[in-house]
Amino acid sequence: MKLREIAHSRTGDKGNTSNISVIAFDPANYEFLREHVTADRVKLLFASIVRGDVKRFEMPTIGALNFVLMDALGGGVTRSLAVDQHGKSLSSALLDLDLPALRG
Amino acid sequence: MRTIRIGSGAGYSGDRIEPAIELAEKGHIQYLGFECLAERTIALAQQEKMKNPDAGYDPLLERRMRAVLAICKAKGIKIITNMGAANPQAAARKTARIARELGIAGLKIAAVVGDDVLDVCKQGNFPFLEIDGRIGDLGNRLLSANAYLGAEPIVRALQAGADVVITGRVGDPALFLAPLLHEFGWANDDWDSLGRGALVGHLLECAGQITGGYFADPGLKDVAGLARLGFPIGEVSEDGNVVITKVEGSGGAVTEATCKEQLLYEVHDPANYIQPDVVADFSNVTVKQIGPDRVSISGATGKPATPTYKTSVGYIDSYIGEGQMSYGGPGALARGRLALEIVRQRLELCGVQMNEQRFDLIGANALYGSELSEGHDPYEVRIRAAGRTNSLAEAVLIGNEVETLYTNGPAGGGGAFKSAREIIAVASVLVPKELTSPAIQLFEA
Repeated sequence: MKLREIAHSRTGDKGNTSNISVIAFDPANYEFLREHVTADRVKLLFASIVRGDVKRFEMPTIGALNFVLMDALGGGVTRSLAVDQHGKSLSSALLDLDLPALRG
Repeated sequence: MRTIRIGSGAGYSGDRIEPAIELAEKGHIQYLGFECLAERTIALAQQEKMKNPDAGYDPLLERRMRAVLAICKAKGIKIITNMGAANPQAAARKTARIARELGIAGLKIAAVVGDDVLDVCKQGNFPFLEIDGRIGDLGNRLLSANAYLGAEPIVRALQAGADVVITGRVGDPALFLAPLLHEFGWANDDWDSLGRGALVGHLLECAGQITGGYFADPGLKDVAGLARLGFPIGEVSEDGNVVITKVEGSGGAVTEATCKEQLLYEVHDPANYIQPDVVADFSNVTVKQIGPDRVSISGATGKPATPTYKTSVGYIDSYIGEGQMSYGGPGALARGRLALEIVRQRLELCGVQMNEQRFDLIGANALYGSELSEGHDPYEVRIRAAGRTNSLAEAVLIGNEVETLYTNGPAGGGGAFKSAREIIAVASVLVPKELTSPAIQLFEA
């Protein structure tokens, strides 16, 4: 199963730091997301892009996780050499993450 | 409980105009905010102001004001915007002229000034937050320094009876927090109310991004009517909790999902969302659909504000040269790769000095690099070579070496594009609040 089947996501940028939300369509799947979509997995997925640490913040009241990716945007939108200077497309790659089938 | 309705008429400088008109005409709003100032814009605007003392404000100010001034004045809707950019006074004078031309008498316009802290920064030589070094290291590459001011000077302008408040750099949410402070009279240390007000501002500041814009993913997240997307209205209660909605019949959707995406947009630690007026805590917020296109958002809190203003420092960073060319049909990817290899070798042979470089295959690996894109063969590909240099002349050479692929490179390349540009970048510092003096100036049409 792909992450995008049970969650949605948006990327934001501030300076050279990117944040990517992962929000359960059904809040009942929040614990499953919390278990499987870890900071380590996100760091590994973006290993070729993100140079700094990846931190995860938990938002149980809205069934969401927020990933903060440091040193992730080639210096930030104002000076990046990349086509996607904001890194807006990162969320779409994260949603392609493979997950085990949902229990029950 | 008393409520006020605030509309958000723009989420960035180039945003659509008609949704703001729709809000003014049919939104039953008392305030209309326009957030139009991106990170680097003010540095560019500062350069324009240096060339012409009447310039340096948002290029779309005139179009937006012409579109909404008359309706807003007739309905008593107050306009709050950061379209002043590097020159809020000139923007206010321009707005007064437009009002007179439109026959609107007695319009009061306030300019908020004091965000320009270039001199304070030069004197203080503050260290950068994300990169190494201090302001002084920039030497004559330093262009501008603007503090993210809070809601207080905007509140002062509203108390002085302004119909239109035009700021330079302020925290984006402050544009929407200010009318709440003005209407509800929250104390400036009522941290929980301020935290909720900052959340209202954060939710509204990107306009269509909470009403179904930047959300659709066909089959998974469908949104109807994006071509006539309605912009949001925040219906805010005296306790600071908010219902997000939009004009009935407009395009888009307000759902729990659209609101949650915006809630976390550009947020790092949700328990510490640092704004000039408060450190807001979103970690216990609840989001609940209470009707069609009506979502209630409550439970934010706040902590004392920090003693400093985050300040954006604009500077001349470097130059970027770039070239692009397309290859199609069978073997497109292989020819694209060959083309990039040729450009790479040419730049080396010609001795082009680059501090940083990228060789992308757009359609194959430009967004995520080769690793994540492995195993997908496109039928067309666009090569892109880009490099950072210390001079414009050198930057020009990069695009040239892509263009010469026409007659020197692999078969079938087409659609060459090249550019070379100066890069104005921004970095951040913290400036002690007591070193600044935000103020207002009043103009009348």
